[in-house]
Amino acid sequence: MAVNQKKPSALKDLNLIRTMIRQHKRNDLIFAGLGMFVIASLTITLIILFLDLVLDGYPKFTLDFFSNFPSRRAARAGILSAWVGSSLVLIVTFIVAVPLGIAAGIYLEEYSKKGWLSDIIEINVSNLAGVPSIIYGLLALGLFVYSFGLGQSILTAGLTLALLMLPIVIVSTREAIRAIPVQIREAAYAVGATKWQVVLNHVVQYSYGGILTGVIIGMARAIGETAPLITIGALTFIAFLPPSPVTIDPPFINLDWLNAGFTVLPIQMFNWISRPQHAFHINAAATGAVIIILTVLMNGVAIKLRYNIRKKIKW
Amino acid sequence: MSEPIISARLSKDFQRNIMERFIEFALLCSAAFAVFITSAIVYVLVSEAIPFFQHVSIYEFLTDTVWTPNYSIKHYGILPLISGTLTTTFIALLVAVPLGTITAIYLSEFASHKVRETVKPILELLVGVPTVVFGYFALMLVTPLLQKIYPDLTTFNMLGPGIVMGVMIVPYIASLAEDSMRAVPMAMREGAYAMGATRFQTSVRVITPAAISGIVAAYILAISRAVGETMIVAIAAGQQPNFTFNPVESAATITSYIVSVALGDLEHGGIGYQSIFAAGLTLLVMTLLLNILGHMTRKKFAERY
Amino acid sequence: MVTEKNKHNEIVKAESKNLNFFYADGTQALKKINLPVYENKITALIGPSGCGKSTFLRSFNRMHDLYPGNKYEGEIILYPDNTNILDKKVDPIEVRMRISMVFQKPNPFPKSIFENVAYGLRVRGENNKRILDDKVEEALKGASLWNEVKDRLQDLAFNLSGGQQQRLCIARALATEPEIMLFDEPTSALDPIATVNIEELMSELKKKLSILIVTHNMQQAARISDYTAYMYLGELVEHDDTNKIFTNPSKKETEDYITGKFG
Repeated sequence: MAVNQKKPSALKDLNLIRTMIRQHKRNDLIFAGLGMFVIASLTITLIILFLDLVLDGYPKFTLDFFSNFPSRRAARAGILSAWVGSSLVLIVTFIVAVPLGIAAGIYLEEYSKKGWLSDIIEINVSNLAGVPSIIYGLLALGLFVYSFGLGQSILTAGLTLALLMLPIVIVSTREAIRAIPVQIREAAYAVGATKWQVVLNHVVQYSYGGILTGVIIGMARAIGETAPLITIGALTFIAFLPPSPVTIDPPFINLDWLNAGFTVLPIQMFNWISRPQHAFHINAAATGAVIIILTVLMNGVAIKLRYNIRKKIKW
Repeated sequence: MSEPIISARLSKDFQRNIMERFIEFALLCSAAFAVFITSAIVYVLVSEAIPFFQHVSIYEFLTDTVWTPNYSIKHYGILPLISGTLTTTFIALLVAVPLGTITAIYLSEFASHKVRETVKPILELLVGVPTVVFGYFALMLVTPLLQKIYPDLTTFNMLGPGIVMGVMIVPYIASLAEDSMRAVPMAMREGAYAMGATRFQTSVRVITPAAISGIVAAYILAISRAVGETMIVAIAAGQQPNFTFNPVESAATITSYIVSVALGDLEHGGIGYQSIFAAGLTLLVMTLLLNILGHMTRKKFAERY
Repeated sequence: MVTEKNKHNEIVKAESKNLNFFYADGTQALKKINLPVYENKITALIGPSGCGKSTFLRSFNRMHDLYPGNKYEGEIILYPDNTNILDKKVDPIEVRMRISMVFQKPNPFPKSIFENVAYGLRVRGENNKRILDDKVEEALKGASLWNEVKDRLQDLAFNLSGGQQQRLCIARALATEPEIMLFDEPTSALDPIATVNIEELMSELKKKLSILIVTHNMQQAARISDYTAYMYLGELVEHDDTNKIFTNPSKKETEDYITGKFG
């Protein structure tokens, strides 16, 4: 019969198709394996990088390392001036970049009306995020160090890193604000709130976590930033501490530290890497371990925080 | 029923309005600060580079193959710095483009929600690693490893830092490219699956072409990152300008030149001082062009979906 | 002071006069709307989607001012003080303090139950704890929510059910003792039981204030409103007693819509 005659060839086709599908599925598996391999390699790289620093720097993990100044003798050298310098620089960075960045983010999301002005600001913000960090160093060298006469000081360094951090804070503020539905704003306006009341009582409060995430990530980046600070001429060998910001006599606050010379952790590390002697490389590794522990911790907190926000608030 | 309110109460409350206006103005100033920074960058770089170009012709700057502004016999050709920058960038791309693209396709099309949620934070941690640490890694770990394979390799070379820089920019490419792929409408995937395509076929023949401009934008922005990267090359590639494209040689990039000059004694207003601004201006122009190109490509992609 | 009355001797609380409204893109969403809102009555706005009923409602507390480029023409007069609330000289914030609004989807703030209700009072500068406590309790009682939440006023408002959230939003709008309350399809996101609760609540509320409600549910309009207005393509087709509209409308278009031949 006609039907039966056709059957064998149809079956043969089906078998061909099945072979083909098996082949295609094999490709799927191969690619999935490749993808997992790449991701595993990246993860392992991150782990090796961390272990390498920790193992190399292990002999230096003593209290002395944190309480000694750098020295010509590698065994006695420590990172006291570097971690104090990093902390003070970051205080300046934080005080400048955070309010400015949040204010700019609020303006761009809540106030700016479509037009040439907001376009120009938008373009500038996204452009600044892509400018290489060393260019900020050149800007600071020309502007802060020489034009403003601030010298190679903690203030200059803090301001430089603040410029670098600003786009990060602006972008995260905007993203956090954008997640707040328009209905919440309308509800606040509907009971008679003014624009600023809506911003202060609602927008800022509900985007707080997201902004904080951006601030932490920005600060973590500032801790590790090296090139711009070298460019402004930060000294690499500092065997003294800046004047203390807090005094025992009134007015209890002393701002002289802002004008002091300084070094920071990554510059100290760079300095030790550049020495030919192996003993200094151990110091560099230990400093690197400190930096990476700090940045990984901060980034980890930020990632966790963002995850919690996403889970907690469902509008 | 509340008391009828007299219309005088309905007139504007001037004091409050002035406060509101003042706050808006203060916020505007904060936002406009971004414009100020950009202008300041351009102003500082150009104003310091002008005296440099009065001393050195643009022709010499762009064609001379020797760069020795701080030696007694001075040459001002940017080409050696550009060759170093391009070579390290190229090596980085050789590493980052395949790894980044594979990661993006895997995360967007293959990985389960749980895997994606685990891998993305790891990539973010990788982005957070300071470049000075990557530099240490290149000099102390990667180059010695490479020397085992290729014993003639010098301590300072472009290959090691190039590879490490590649690892550094994988997360950028992966996350930007993945965003573009996930922006491709689900209907397109369903269309492919409905015809019996497998995941791999759908990814390669449908999703990747559909997201191609977004993926290319990711590559361009990654190039910009690599061109501007400083510490890895400053630490591990040597800081001697060298007109070569050979990755096993040592060389300086635009960025590492700036670092090497800044580490020495800077005579404010001298030709050495001015030369780092000329180099910086060149770098800014290169990254700016790349960023504009990248953002335009990305925007074109975003408009499609 | 002018007190206008209709044929049933009811007091007009507010009235739109030749109201036109244009969105920023130039589309005219409202065309010459003349509609009174009577005191202590519920006026319902019905009509197919996109007919402009929500646009009309939102004009009453100047919500359109939040988005640049929108334009009003004509007047909305608020009695007894004869204020044209659309007048450029009138502060929209003052208008919103007199006319409050409840939205389509419950939109409590991610704050405590107490703070949600107290917010309208706080923006008026009221920070006295005792007064706030009293007014919040009164508003929550007015919104028939007090018994359910009195023991957990500091809980996050998000933990309430959808119907409770909407009653919380009503309490929030009520706390400031508004003269008119606007409802923009307040039950469209709620289940039938929660809907009945809100409807009963509205009938209770109209003893204290005037209500203007947008609904796409004709049965709801018939159940709760005293007056009904049918809008179509930005125009007011017919406005009358709810009974009359649903039993004997004077316009053919209204009849078609009511009987389901159209819409």
